[in-house]
Amino acid sequence: MGSRVTFVKKEFFHILRDKRTMLILIIMPIVEIILFGFAISVEIQGINIAVVTSDMGETVRKIEEKIDANPYFKIAGTFYSQDEALKMMRVGKIDMILRFPSGLDRKILSSNHERKSVLSASPVRIIVDASNPNTAVTEQMYLKNVLMSCFSGEGAVAAYGITSGISFETSAVTPEETVRGTSAVASSGTASGMIGGTPAGTSGVASIGHEGNVVPDIRLMYNPGMQSSYNFVPGIMGMIMIIICAMMTSVSIVREKENGTMEVLLVSPVKPLTVIISKMIPYFVISSINLAVILLLAKFVLAVPLSGSLFWTCAISMVYIILSLALGMLISTLVKTQAAAMLSSAMLLLLPVIMLSGMIFPIESEPHFFQWISMTVPARWYISAMRKLMVEGQQLSAVLPELGILSGMAVLLISVALFNLKSRLE
Amino acid sequence: MDSIIAENISKTYGTVKALKEVSLTVQKGELFGLIGADGAGKTTLFRILASLILPDAGKASVEGLDPVSDYRRLRCITGYMPGRFSLYGDLTVEENIRFYATVFGTTLEAGRVLIDDIYKQLEPFRNRAASRLSGGMKQKLALCCALIHSPSVLFLDEPTTGVDPVSRREFWLVLKHLRESGMTVMVSTPYMEEAGQCGRIAFIKEGSILYSETPGRIVESFGETLYAVSSDRMHTLLDDVRSFTGIKYCYSFGDSHHFVVDESFSGEKALAGYLAGIGYGNITVKKIQPTMEDCYMKLSLR
Repeated sequence: MGSRVTFVKKEFFHILRDKRTMLILIIMPIVEIILFGFAISVEIQGINIAVVTSDMGETVRKIEEKIDANPYFKIAGTFYSQDEALKMMRVGKIDMILRFPSGLDRKILSSNHERKSVLSASPVRIIVDASNPNTAVTEQMYLKNVLMSCFSGEGAVAAYGITSGISFETSAVTPEETVRGTSAVASSGTASGMIGGTPAGTSGVASIGHEGNVVPDIRLMYNPGMQSSYNFVPGIMGMIMIIICAMMTSVSIVREKENGTMEVLLVSPVKPLTVIISKMIPYFVISSINLAVILLLAKFVLAVPLSGSLFWTCAISMVYIILSLALGMLISTLVKTQAAAMLSSAMLLLLPVIMLSGMIFPIESEPHFFQWISMTVPARWYISAMRKLMVEGQQLSAVLPELGILSGMAVLLISVALFNLKSRLE
Repeated sequence: MDSIIAENISKTYGTVKALKEVSLTVQKGELFGLIGADGAGKTTLFRILASLILPDAGKASVEGLDPVSDYRRLRCITGYMPGRFSLYGDLTVEENIRFYATVFGTTLEAGRVLIDDIYKQLEPFRNRAASRLSGGMKQKLALCCALIHSPSVLFLDEPTTGVDPVSRREFWLVLKHLRESGMTVMVSTPYMEEAGQCGRIAFIKEGSILYSETPGRIVESFGETLYAVSSDRMHTLLDDVRSFTGIKYCYSFGDSHHFVVDESFSGEKALAGYLAGIGYGNITVKKIQPTMEDCYMKLSLR
């Protein structure tokens, strides 16, 4: 017992005196959480939008106000001709153009009387810079939603008397297309026609369709604000934990081999199990501190709800930490140098964890073969459990399969590491 | 009584035969020296005896315990100091000793009696990181750590390699002191002049034990006439001496060449005259007493 305490103390000395490693251990999780949770976001903010209108009426002004008030958009200017706005897009000053037909006020009023009359003759046109297709789709969807709310909200009904009928014409253009001028825009624009045809716009489209249409009412569960940090935080936790734990433990054992201290430890009566346990304890403590820091960051900086049981969030994380430490042990029994330990931990873990854990790419959309492989990636189960607990706020019963699989994997890895551990040099 | 017994131990690494049927015995309380050049197989033999690696063939016994089957008990009664500095550089002197004391189930205070002489020298540096000690101090610290549990057998693999002459002499004094306490000490060294310090020595070359005897008897049993020769051009001298009649073998030895002769040798004057005749200057040829290294050369050239 006494020897174990001294052993653990010695390991802490190693870690505490190696300032660089210490820094990596503590800073890396914080940096990555903030980086992935904050900076790398799939939401698009600060979209610059240009409004094109030949006569500035009440309706256009109200819409402009509404767009400008939206945190995602910024009105970059109002132009009289589409060509001027396209010029701005070509130099990269704006991301989108919103063109209103002339005499919108009058048409809305008349359509109110005639009920069935629509603005299809000269529709509202959205032109998007589609050099990045993903953002283009999202931007266009955002703008449509804003416009929908202008025309379908209760306030809008009162103000404009709109009950039905407005059509949008969207066209996605790349800067090269804009060089060719408006003809290209027009041709791609006609293809869209009614926005009901574009997949991104499905949410609100039907609600402003003709009377009698089916109106889907969409509710986003668990993450109503579509915050990408909700998705990334559990993923990053799964990645950081396994890589830090596995790398640090494997390096710390292999370092003893490289320095020759393992030789002296081996000729002593100390049992290999003592060596292993004593190596794991300090890294377990540090990883638990990291876990606490990550959870605090997630809750208070990234506003992830942590709606499930905090106890089980921590408990499952600790099982995952132990599993990762055991993986590091296993690596250390297989390699001879610190560089090899570092490389194999990083290479062996980084790609599978990123690609096959569902951290970024949904596992369901991967080929069956990779789905099968992903079953063996511990991070997959951990991330899934964390999403259920932290974001969805589910009960323990919902994550029992994950907990069982992770515990099983941990036991298996520890056993293999112990089996592989030699009481001699070779 | 025999403390260490090795019988026909062989060990092969891939295609390299590190040890070829090595046999030797070390008596209890003996200071036994294993002398050999780098790569002769010293470390391999030490590691087998200390239960760190398994021999391919042969049997060993240390204090009656088999390093293969009884390694757990063996590890409690042996001390082992590897050839390379193998302590924790980031721990202080005292932390290192205390760590190994606990690992071996004892304390610094309990083990202090045996290491007191050395520890006194280390004490001024007790709070210094081990990596920042001088070479000699590092070896003393390593010895302290290997001795902390008062082992009955001590294996020291090249403890004086890379250590200055003063520290080396001190180190050997400590070893002699340990032998007086009844401990069996097996030490390896590449330095021939250190062989004389041992109670008994064995020469090892290319994995085979050449000869095992007391240093005095090894020198006595040299049984050849040995000369030393030097001149102003040492480089070509070796071949020219070798071509002279009656020279059995000649080898360079520091600042002179040593050679052994047979009955047909016509005397040192004749050799000096011959060498002067082919253009050498500053020639000295003289008869000398063999040293341990001459004995090693004789055995290894055989």
